[in-house]
Amino acid sequence: MNETWIEVCNTGHIEKADVMRFDYDGRTFAIYRTDEDTYFATDGLCTHANVHLAGGFVMEHIIECPKHNGRFDFTTGQAKGAPACVDLKTHRVKVEAGRVFLNPD
Amino acid sequence: MQVEITKRDYSLVGRETKLAEERGLANAEWYSCKISRQRLKELMQRRDGPAIRDTLIWFAVLIISGTLGYLTWGTWWAVPCFAVYGVIYSSSSDSRWHESGHRTAFKTVWMNDVLYEIASFMVFRESVPWRWSHTRHHTDTIIVGRDPEIAVPRPPDLLGIALSFFSLNKAPKEFVKMVRHCFGRLNPAEETYIPNEERPKVYRNARIYILIYAAVITWAIAIHSILPLMYIGLPSFYGSWLMVIFGLTQHAGLAEDVLDHRLNCRTVYMNPIFRYLYWEMNYHVEHHMFPMVPYHALGKLHQELKADMPKPYNGLWAAYREIIPVTLRQVKEPTYFIRRQLPGTVKPVTSLEPA
Repeated sequence: MNETWIEVCNTGHIEKADVMRFDYDGRTFAIYRTDEDTYFATDGLCTHANVHLAGGFVMEHIIECPKHNGRFDFTTGQAKGAPACVDLKTHRVKVEAGRVFLNPD
Repeated sequence: MQVEITKRDYSLVGRETKLAEERGLANAEWYSCKISRQRLKELMQRRDGPAIRDTLIWFAVLIISGTLGYLTWGTWWAVPCFAVYGVIYSSSSDSRWHESGHRTAFKTVWMNDVLYEIASFMVFRESVPWRWSHTRHHTDTIIVGRDPEIAVPRPPDLLGIALSFFSLNKAPKEFVKMVRHCFGRLNPAEETYIPNEERPKVYRNARIYILIYAAVITWAIAIHSILPLMYIGLPSFYGSWLMVIFGLTQHAGLAEDVLDHRLNCRTVYMNPIFRYLYWEMNYHVEHHMFPMVPYHALGKLHQELKADMPKPYNGLWAAYREIIPVTLRQVKEPTYFIRRQLPGTVKPVTSLEPA
């Protein structure tokens, strides 16, 4: 398993119940912070139409794509119904010393 | 001298499809007005309350008008009763279909999905194909060769538009598609936007629709009366006129092949009754630009964005004063369209002239 951890941002950089875009090494990711103050990460583009999910809407553990309202559970990557039919890839996240780190698979 | 009118190919599998892809118009990035993330998050908040209230009123009007129609059947009093029933059943179901299809009407997902299935049946649209068709419409709004929901292709078919007020052209086409789906087949255009994993649902739902219609027709024959069909089936014809009046304002006569919803959608101010029947879809530029914002917040979104928008139309009449002349002109001059005036403060938008 890849143990490379990339620093993303400070913990306060993302509001609770929100998402931000993070680009690294030619890839794009979506980093989520829940209302319970936990962090998650997925691939940054919707599997349906290559739209950046960081422009979307976070509802509890669901991210809704800003273009077609496709929904995913960002904690598991599971697609929650048409037009989102293909699951999102998830990535590990950790918080250390007030900073958020991403482990891109 | 006779002028040859060039007709563009509006199919999804023709030369314009390839052209749109080559010109970067397919799955493209669109202009978006600036709005703070914080404010957008506030406007995107979902609620069950407004849609539950509106849906209860909607079904109440349907039940009351339908009951009065039954009680007055055989008299002239039945005419206004079924006029109301038909408009609620067929025209107003369009906006319910639309909002619940985006899953923004209610906060609770299953409520959206239940209303979507009911409204799809009422508006005579198969729920699965039309969900995917509308998804494509949002991806490639009024991009020729890509958008399956261009209501007025150029040159406009005036007879077709006239027939559409009573669904005399659309409903038979939908019925043919429905029968095809019953046999497990899609047409070539549908194959471009309905994924494989969704197709069994298409065929299953089409069979359910056909069974329901067959049952109602059988019932009508058995009792020697068209009354059952006045409730299911015929409203899709006699009640669809208001849907067309509202729907044509969305895009008719505006630019094709641009990547800016301000240039190919209309926002039209409407009175509260029309806004109720249409579930605020009169804020159509705003809806296309930010489809995550539920219908009950579109008025507020409009206030946030209007400085960066073309001037809205002050009512249906104002919209049709533009739409009717431009549509007539496009019959002979199909390349003509309305160029919406953008506020002078905004930067130019990525847009391409029609081919």
